[in-house]
Amino acid sequence: MLLIPCPWCGERDESEFTCGGEAHIARPPDPDALDDEAWADYLFMRTNPKGSHRERWYHGHGCGRWFNVERNTVTHEIVSVYRMGEPPPGGNE
Amino acid sequence: MTAALPYRLLEGGAVDRSRPIAFSFNGRRYSGFAGDTLASALLANGVHLVGRSFKYHRPRGILSAGTEEPNALVQLESGPRSVPNLKATRLELYEGLTASSVNRWPGVGFDLAAVNDLAHRLIPAGFYYKTFMWPHRGWHVYERLIRRMAGLGRAPDGPDPDRYERMNAHCDVLVVGAGPAGLAAAKAAGKRGARVILADEDSRLGGTLLGSADSGWLGEATAELEALENVRVLTRTTVTGYFDHNFLIALERVADHLGPAAPAHLPRQRLWRIRAGRVVLATGALERPLAFANNDRPGVMLAGAVRVYVNRFAVLPGRRAVVVTDNDGAYAAALDLHRHGVEITAIVDLRPEAEAPPGAREAGLEILRGHAVVDTAGRRRVHAAHIARLDGDGSLAGPVRSLPCDLIAMSGGWNPAVHLFSQSGGRLRYDEASRGFLPGHSPQTVSCVGAVNGSLDTEACIREGRDAGTGEAARAARPPGRPAKGPLWVVPARSKAREARRFVDFQNDVTSADIALAAREGYESVEHLKRYTTLGMGTDQGKTGNVPGLAILAGTLGMSVSEVGTTTFRPPYDPITFGAIAGRDVGHLADPVRRTPIHAWHEENGAVFEDVGQWKRPFYYPRPEETKDEAVARECLAVRDATGIMDASTLGKILICGPDAREFLNRVYTNAWDRLEAGRCRYGLMLGEDGMVMDDGVTSCLARDRFLMTTTTGNAARVFAWLEEWLQTEWPELRVYLTSLTEQFATVALAGPDSREILGRLTDDIDVSADAFPFMAWRDGLVAGLPARVFRISYTGELSYEIVVAANRAMDLWTALTEPAHGVTPFGTEAMHVLRAEKGYLMIGQETDGTVTPLDLDMGWILSRKKDFVGRRSLARGGMRDPTRKRLVGLRTEDPATVLPEGAQLLGEPPSGPPETMIGHVTSSYMSAALGRSIALALVRGGRDREPGTVHVPLDDRTVRAEICDPRFYDPEGARLNG
Repeated sequence: MLLIPCPWCGERDESEFTCGGEAHIARPPDPDALDDEAWADYLFMRTNPKGSHRERWYHGHGCGRWFNVERNTVTHEIVSVYRMGEPPPGGNE
Repeated sequence: MTAALPYRLLEGGAVDRSRPIAFSFNGRRYSGFAGDTLASALLANGVHLVGRSFKYHRPRGILSAGTEEPNALVQLESGPRSVPNLKATRLELYEGLTASSVNRWPGVGFDLAAVNDLAHRLIPAGFYYKTFMWPHRGWHVYERLIRRMAGLGRAPDGPDPDRYERMNAHCDVLVVGAGPAGLAAAKAAGKRGARVILADEDSRLGGTLLGSADSGWLGEATAELEALENVRVLTRTTVTGYFDHNFLIALERVADHLGPAAPAHLPRQRLWRIRAGRVVLATGALERPLAFANNDRPGVMLAGAVRVYVNRFAVLPGRRAVVVTDNDGAYAAALDLHRHGVEITAIVDLRPEAEAPPGAREAGLEILRGHAVVDTAGRRRVHAAHIARLDGDGSLAGPVRSLPCDLIAMSGGWNPAVHLFSQSGGRLRYDEASRGFLPGHSPQTVSCVGAVNGSLDTEACIREGRDAGTGEAARAARPPGRPAKGPLWVVPARSKAREARRFVDFQNDVTSADIALAAREGYESVEHLKRYTTLGMGTDQGKTGNVPGLAILAGTLGMSVSEVGTTTFRPPYDPITFGAIAGRDVGHLADPVRRTPIHAWHEENGAVFEDVGQWKRPFYYPRPEETKDEAVARECLAVRDATGIMDASTLGKILICGPDAREFLNRVYTNAWDRLEAGRCRYGLMLGEDGMVMDDGVTSCLARDRFLMTTTTGNAARVFAWLEEWLQTEWPELRVYLTSLTEQFATVALAGPDSREILGRLTDDIDVSADAFPFMAWRDGLVAGLPARVFRISYTGELSYEIVVAANRAMDLWTALTEPAHGVTPFGTEAMHVLRAEKGYLMIGQETDGTVTPLDLDMGWILSRKKDFVGRRSLARGGMRDPTRKRLVGLRTEDPATVLPEGAQLLGEPPSGPPETMIGHVTSSYMSAALGRSIALALVRGGRDREPGTVHVPLDDRTVRAEICDPRFYDPEGARLNG
């Protein structure tokens, strides 16, 4: 059971949150410019790294805000949290 | 021989002799004392035989004095309070306690299934896999027999009458285990002002100190802890799961030890959910048995357990004992027994060169170095140990001698209790010196102190605990000791015969030969070995036998134990009850029930309710003597011919405000919202980004920058979260604010040809004429004197109004509308389903299942070509326009009285035997009173391209033919709706 530091509420139990999968996958501004394969890639394909991973989490049973979490998928260490639209503290990979 | 020696000592121990307690075991009545466990009380009555083994039904006795007990499993009490598989060694005695062995048939003394023991050669490791899986059909016959023979306890026969609860706790330091190391840690941390929780599974603090002579330190430490207000001490509390970020769960047995005398205000058990800053594991070590032939006879016990029974419970488990060991620890057991007059026939030490620890020789005890117990005798109780001298290489050398005894105290070393440490994500390393797996590195903030860390010396334990408690010491690496020389994981037997079974896992009847066999058959990985032999898969999870089992595997494979490794330790360390997991979330508290503000009226008027999500909605309102079908038909006809009234308060209502609200609707709905004026409503369809239909509903423009969206009842929360997600994560630039109003307002639908007239009677300030108040418009005004907003929208295909008032005025509105003079008929969700199906309107979750696009529903008209919207690009993929996709059609059965079952599969040709080619399925199906025949909606390959055409619907007893048709069965032009 993770202890997640919501950037709006502070540390809260994992049971208050929903994980929204990989972060920083922007909706293509012009979907028609993408062929089917590129569109399917946006829709379905996600990385599944061993180690550091940036995810979106939703504090549904709390402030109702989405935010980003950088989490180590092996140790579950939460490296950082940052609000939507903010750059990742560690810089872009 | 001192034959008159009592089993219970006249003094000493931590039992209260002034409080005798009567109890019953396997139907016989006994007496013990307050402070006894069931196991200690049975031993005090001379009872060793407590059960039958799992597979061979061999007589088994009490092996241990703690949680690791594999044999003495009992069913406690009977009826709904009954608990299976409790360990007699942990079960505290209370007045009137009734328990029985879990595995006996019919009795523990005479067990019919013990024939398995004679036939054991026929049932080696993997026997079940090899035999009963073939022929395939036989399994269901065999299974019942096997369950009978191999059962472990019975489930209670009724709902649990007891109360359980959950408790959340936070602390700076959680100390697990209250032996010397744990006590020292809690004391040190507590004195520094830390918030400390100290948890121990025993009823008393002390751990191993309880099994040895009292030094006074325990009393002082306990008193000091009790004086510290920042230290919470939880006894009878087993920390059983260690999860991420130092979150642990612990089961506190609050009232189990009180039995029926427990006061009503106490829960039976309490599940603690603890978040700790630091965790100190002082979980101790568990003693191992030795694998000698017939080491499982009643009367063969672990040496440490013998000490606990003698010192803590003042019970002598035997009158004449043989002690057999491969380490120094067991000598103390010999001395404890000797001090109380038990004859020690011999101390048999497997080590050839061992130097006896001080005391034994001085006491005049015979020590046989380089000897082993090679077999035992006695069926229901051991009566002799057969011993022989060993060679330097560990093989038999010399004649076998028989030593009479009624107790064999054995010790095969210690397994550090690394379970919780391993659960924390910690790595284990095998230590050759102590012959055990020790804690290595963990990603969590945890330290291990005392015996779990391999420290068996009390002084060292206290020192380690103190250092960990102050938080100063990272776990100091232990200096590597001198590797033990060739430990004998399997003690040689006097014959090669497989009769000489040496048990490793007592609970699952796994012998050293089973492990060797599995290795020979290729099950060389520990994970395969475990599953094939069931080593360590009992309720005790192999607490005593796992490491010896791994060592035997390693020996067979010619590898080191370190190379073989260990299986993964998973929660729970010790089983916990479902009651404790559920806590108060049972019965009506298991899931919230949502009721509309008009619920009481529905109840009073005999509504049958349907669960829609968490909501209770009226399904239909049967009159006396009326069947469901009759009631639904009457309600439907009332709406078609006069007017009906329905409580639609459960529909989701989302207020969408902000300058960009209209643009937002354009993006999340498939159709265009640019020109919707205030006062008008529009139907909208919402897709997932994959192009599949997600939800639908009517959205009304309240003002240029304010809209009210309605969602389906079941999807209200999901749609709200979906909209929030887009706004927050993808389009933060949009100035849009969402507010859920579902519960603030109630909605009453008035549907039917008379509805305009009835509404007109109840309002003065709304012009209800068709010109002034057209279809898909809304008006504000007073209805029945209540401030209301009236929407002229329809899901039934009739002239219809939805009247929305504040939730706390809903009953007033409903009462006014149902005045008998108006002649309206209340109708439920089932009539609504029929009425909308007659119109061919889709119902989300019925016609849609996450694989259905708007094109499949022939709703291409609602897809705007002038803008982008969520899901649009996916609809442009080639496969989405494949004409052979399943598409919506209507079905008319050949016989108008036949109502197809929903979900029925459709065939294009009459059935000719499997495999059939299925071309679709029925999504909705009803008897339509208005049409006087059955109707159905279906998704069929090719959809209405098959029209005119026939489908065949194979049912259990016959095949029904149905014609494909327009799904709009009733008033396809919409004349009634727009009138």
